[in-house]
Amino acid sequence: MKFKNQNRWGITVAGVALLALVFFLTPLSFSGEFFDIAAQAAEQAAEPAAENSAEKTEGAEAASPYGPAPKTTLASYPTVKGVNSRLVIWLVAQLHLWFAAFVLAVPIFVFIIEAIGMRTRDRRYDNMAYEFIKVSITAYSLTAILGGLLLFSLMLFYPDLWSYLATIFKDSMFWYAVLFFAESACLYLYYYGWHWLQGGDRKWVHLTIGLLLNAVGTMLMFLANSWLTFMMSPEGVDAAGVFAGDIWPAIQNHLWNPINLHRVVANVAFGGSIVGAYAAFKFLSSSRAKDRAHYDWMGYNANFIAISALLPLPFAGYYLTTEIYAFSQQMGITLMGGIFAWLFIIQAVLIGALFLSANYYLWCCMGRSDGAVRYYKYIKYIAIVIVAAFLVWFTPHTLVLTNEELKALGGPYHKYVGPFGIMPAKNTAVNLMILATFVSFLFYRRANKIATVSWVNAGNAAQVALFLVGVVNIFILGVYYGYFTNTVYKIAASIPQVCTTLTIIVASILIDSFMYRNSKEVAPLKWGRVPERSQYALFLLAVSFTWLMGLMGYIRSGIRQHWHVVDIMRDNSADAFTPTMGFAANVVSIGTIIFLSMVIFVFWLSQISAKKTEPENYWVPEAVDGMAAGGGKG
Amino acid sequence: MRNFLKVAFFSLLVIGLFAGFANFGIPRIEPAPPPTEEKIDLGSLTMDQFLVLGEKIYKGKGTCTLCHNALGGRAPLLEKAAAVTAARLKDARYKGDATDIESYLVESMIKPSAFVVAGFGKKGTQDAVSPMPDVSAGSIGLNEVEIAAVTAYLQDMGGVEVTVEIPEDAGDSAAEDEEQQRKPYESAEDIISEIGCGACHKVGEDEGEQGPDLTKIGAIRSAAHIRKSILDPNAELSKGFEKDLMPNDYGTQLYASELEMLVEYLAKLK
Repeated sequence: MKFKNQNRWGITVAGVALLALVFFLTPLSFSGEFFDIAAQAAEQAAEPAAENSAEKTEGAEAASPYGPAPKTTLASYPTVKGVNSRLVIWLVAQLHLWFAAFVLAVPIFVFIIEAIGMRTRDRRYDNMAYEFIKVSITAYSLTAILGGLLLFSLMLFYPDLWSYLATIFKDSMFWYAVLFFAESACLYLYYYGWHWLQGGDRKWVHLTIGLLLNAVGTMLMFLANSWLTFMMSPEGVDAAGVFAGDIWPAIQNHLWNPINLHRVVANVAFGGSIVGAYAAFKFLSSSRAKDRAHYDWMGYNANFIAISALLPLPFAGYYLTTEIYAFSQQMGITLMGGIFAWLFIIQAVLIGALFLSANYYLWCCMGRSDGAVRYYKYIKYIAIVIVAAFLVWFTPHTLVLTNEELKALGGPYHKYVGPFGIMPAKNTAVNLMILATFVSFLFYRRANKIATVSWVNAGNAAQVALFLVGVVNIFILGVYYGYFTNTVYKIAASIPQVCTTLTIIVASILIDSFMYRNSKEVAPLKWGRVPERSQYALFLLAVSFTWLMGLMGYIRSGIRQHWHVVDIMRDNSADAFTPTMGFAANVVSIGTIIFLSMVIFVFWLSQISAKKTEPENYWVPEAVDGMAAGGGKG
Repeated sequence: MRNFLKVAFFSLLVIGLFAGFANFGIPRIEPAPPPTEEKIDLGSLTMDQFLVLGEKIYKGKGTCTLCHNALGGRAPLLEKAAAVTAARLKDARYKGDATDIESYLVESMIKPSAFVVAGFGKKGTQDAVSPMPDVSAGSIGLNEVEIAAVTAYLQDMGGVEVTVEIPEDAGDSAAEDEEQQRKPYESAEDIISEIGCGACHKVGEDEGEQGPDLTKIGAIRSAAHIRKSILDPNAELSKGFEKDLMPNDYGTQLYASELEMLVEYLAKLK
């Protein structure tokens, strides 16, 4: 037995080591010697943060065999009759991204759920993990097909841009393609080997394959991210776009890591919401109590995954935005204070919809427990906090107004509502919104339990005190530093605000888990006892996430404005202009409808694979009978 | 099926609400088109007009007011920038080569880190590096005339004497230098390919549709007519085609010999 345990740990350690190797060694191969990288990293760390990319690589042109970025004219962009090239690229790239996000996210939480199942030996987790991977399996080939379509579209419609990017990223593009073999191998082994690799060491092997699948998938995404972030914040090239020859600075450009982090977190939230919608639909379609209980439980877990990733997402977004400002104030202001600022008002509506639907679902879910009645009276206060926070987030920073409107308002800001438009107010609001959602979750978690420890009153008091002190701290940081000190502190105060929120959440979970250890159940949880309208909250979550991703994808790409590669390669195509927000929203809406239709198709495929039809009088019975008897028609 | 339809309707409703809000809930703004370099007739400009040009660039193409405004506090206000130059030049932190107000203002636009106003430096640089880009490069890309106009405007706004002289020649920009040094195209096919006639016209292997079909243009138009249409496309429009679709600057983009080569080629297409 001891030997077996050692085996298990050995396999896991080997898996983790392999993961580490994949992550840390592969990028090194792009630029050659390890010590060059180390020296370069040290050099970069010593450089002032402000030094821009053009300065870093000054003089590269003289030493580089590469030419400057292409200068395009209208004739450089081939056209296909009746086809708008920008729209094609926009929709195909977005569809590819939606599917890629989904297929990268599902293995992350499938891996975690499988591990939970192994730890608790609760088969339901294993079954659920398998069902999640099963419903997503066809999406992998769709992702690859859309990726191929995107590649062809880029080569066809934007040949100079493609050629320029391929010149710089040829090494990583080659390895990107090769990695697909590893991704496919891991995926098929993980999925088709699920029932084969069960129990004991086999299960550890299976889990390790899941880990490798995630490592390869994440690496693929990081590589692709470097190409698009290079277009936003180019490095490794000089001011004319001449490539210095070392791919690593081009990969590790200013916005690479912020985008990597943001996408990993967002993908999990998005993937959770999509499988949540699947569970919700199955719940609504099921008539048997057992099936409804199963899909209710599945939907709850999917929602839990989505919300767990949603909570830190705004912080990842702030990190990304801060880095955009650090790279280029002009780009940052275009994003937050220029034409794109209005898109953040639309984003506020979507985030509001996400938080409201997530909370509403949790409140509905409290109906599974008879003990939840104790907490119903607090729900209205949580709702008030969330709506108030949403309204603050919704308040625009600056308004584009006519002279008459400006005169009537007395300036660009409203006398009373204006202060809510700036970031300190929004930071405060989002922290409160997250805390309110956490309280909903805490109530849900406690609904069916009664704590039995002797220090229950002290524990509750400590939690209340924690929340009160934390909320006061968030307010002081937001109001004092946001309005009564200079700009530097306005932004800097958001970090202790985030830390406060995270401290409250972590400390509260710790207190709660100790307090509810060995707790009594009020009554068995009744899975399936939720109103049908609660399932629509899950659909709202999935649709809002999809639409939001489309919108944010447009903003991220759109802030390059008339540049293929910012400040390096200008877009001189007929579509180099920024479209109106209404037009962008319509494209996002069409994309969302196409994506959701394809997802329905994927889910439907996973269902028909389990169905079997036995047609009457179709097959010749003698043939089957003959085989059974050891004969056959020869 | 009923459930599917209900869910599909609900999802479409949600998407419709989001799209509706984006279309009708916020102002319908037409974003500005990509910036282009304006041709400036410097010979006829008065100083007042030059100052107006400076203000226009300051608030428009130069994107100065994005950061230099009273609302965001991201960059120092420039109303008094010219007036405080003397103090800046004596400051121990000044790292530039300017000797007077005019050269200081020009330097602050193309080498913004020569002097960084306290509190406005890039994070972590102790005000040693400015977050401002070089306005003569990258996405702003002002030429010398435009920088001179902004300098004059800043001097005027700061209440000091405007020392900038209106440049006599507008052709100082890097793009124009490049244009002047360009090697002539070797054939009419090269011209058609390089300036992109085929994007709008059907000519050679291109299938453009926005302009008239040129594959047999020589059969219906004389060389003189073709020349006139290239130089002044709006002078006589072909039936069914709109005004202002074709650029009217090919007269300045092409050398005379190239224009003639192109006209001769098109006139032979019968």
